[in-house]
Amino acid sequence: MTVAFSSRRSTAEPKVKAPRRPAWQPAPHPAITVLKVLALVVVVALVLLPCLVVVSTSLAGQQEVIANGGWVIWPTDPTFDAYREVLTGGVVTRATLISAGVTIVGTTLSLLCTIGMAYALSRPNTFAGKPITLLVLFTLLFTPGMIPTYLVVTGMGLKDTYASLIVPVLVNAFNLVVLRGFFQRIPNELIEAAKIEGAGEVRILTRIVLPLSKAAVAVVGLFYAVQYWNSFFGAVLYLDDSAKWPIQLVLRQYVIQGSPIAGSLANAEAMVSAPNSIQMAVVVLAMLPIICVYPFLQRHFMSGVLTGAVKS
Amino acid sequence: MLALLAPALVYFLVFHYGALFGYGIAFQDYVPFLGVSGSDWVGFGNFEKLFTDPAMWHAALNTLELSALQLIFFFPAPIALAMLLHSITAAPVRKFVQSVVYLPHFISWVIVVALFQQFLSSTGVLNGWLGDAGLGTIDVIANPDAFKPLMVAQIIWKDCGWGTIIFLAALYNVDEQLYESAAIDGAGWARRTWHVTLPAIRPLIVLLFILKLGDILSVGFEQILLQRDSVGPEAGEVLDTFVYYTGVLGGDWGYASAVGLIKGILGAGLVILANKLAHRLGEEGLYR
Repeated sequence: MTVAFSSRRSTAEPKVKAPRRPAWQPAPHPAITVLKVLALVVVVALVLLPCLVVVSTSLAGQQEVIANGGWVIWPTDPTFDAYREVLTGGVVTRATLISAGVTIVGTTLSLLCTIGMAYALSRPNTFAGKPITLLVLFTLLFTPGMIPTYLVVTGMGLKDTYASLIVPVLVNAFNLVVLRGFFQRIPNELIEAAKIEGAGEVRILTRIVLPLSKAAVAVVGLFYAVQYWNSFFGAVLYLDDSAKWPIQLVLRQYVIQGSPIAGSLANAEAMVSAPNSIQMAVVVLAMLPIICVYPFLQRHFMSGVLTGAVKS
Repeated sequence: MLALLAPALVYFLVFHYGALFGYGIAFQDYVPFLGVSGSDWVGFGNFEKLFTDPAMWHAALNTLELSALQLIFFFPAPIALAMLLHSITAAPVRKFVQSVVYLPHFISWVIVVALFQQFLSSTGVLNGWLGDAGLGTIDVIANPDAFKPLMVAQIIWKDCGWGTIIFLAALYNVDEQLYESAAIDGAGWARRTWHVTLPAIRPLIVLLFILKLGDILSVGFEQILLQRDSVGPEAGEVLDTFVYYTGVLGGDWGYASAVGLIKGILGAGLVILANKLAHRLGEEGLYR
């Protein structure tokens, strides 16, 4: 059984019109152009400058950071000392590994559950499909608050387990609606044909539907991965044992609350004399995975987010 | 098919519908040690307390103030940025700016707060500059009066760019011929914006406004929790943090969940109401 058209075409991004100035539109006044360029430069700088300062400071030598009053825009003599210092098997290393583990396991489980339900709800003949869809949509309107959820989590014995970071946020109704919308756009004839040839639902899902929805699955996967990597409050609420803390919580302790970084520094002196480059190294570590994945998925945002938004 | 559906369905039933039973403790003087079955039922006692509790009203007022500020300053920001981006004719420039402005959405609140502290705290970059220039110092981070504007600035920094996605898509869907005929009829830039662009994205603006109204009692929980301590509850307490501090940390579980329940019901009610209002105004709204 082969599917005869390329996945690329069917999931193409919405066509963006060629941005050439139409004939009827006169060129804008030079002053307007200058203002526009200025506005864009300011917007871009507001986002990129803080990131640059953080990365530069983390890469700068201790003396340079101190001489500069605590931060650096461009390190003259970049070094990885700060990273070496926080990644020597102490608290930061452990927290990074915990976050990575939670992100990988959580994203996998979330995607499996979301894809399964989204596919089932995208088929017209699913038993009780309509009521179940309504059941899910209603959760977008009314979410149980912090305390009832807390009671369920503790009631299930998940307190102080890594599962408490995953299970309470396993499926996101919005992501589910996005995927369902994508699956619904796949021509029904294709699925019927596969059924006639004897393919089961799982086979149809993995061989036809998923290959045709790569972009949407990638975007939803990214949303889940970001959710787990950035997860902060779940850990505050459910993890009493600080040995289980993910990177975001460690970051809060060291950078926002300014506690000394314990157990990861070779000597206490370094911590006192160069806190900034080390703090910024932790910030960069907490940002790194996102910066790495971002460029690859960024082009899918528009199509991924839109189908969900329009359909719901 | 059922096997595909089941895991997620179980999740929704347990954590969204099952959890609703947890609101039962809103009618109890709940003691975790005794559990739901062992704790005393107090009827509407927790709800009565809520009306006369100045700390709760203070948190509610802070929440509404922040919401109002967000509606005034944060809500229109993505619309303005989207119109600016839409007006750029050079595709590579526009795509680059778009990629840059989406990015902060994916950065965690912990990092965003850390960045703002790095720049604005009493030992931060800004005060370094001011000090060098001999202008003294201003502490933005620990100043209760600056708390609310700071919260709004942070949310604009983080999510304004992300908010443009949906408006940009709507703007690209506007029929180019409408602009052309308007221009031929002598409409300048301002008139084209008023008569073509804005009507085209109006349903979307209404829709997002409804969603925002439903969220009027939630103003960014993680963001505020991270910074409440630096200014104290007087300026920094909102309903969500109130529930966390009185319930989870303060041990007054029943009362805190009563506050949470009221907040949830009001939120859902507001969405339904705003949706009705949208229909009255002849818009599609969120649902029919």
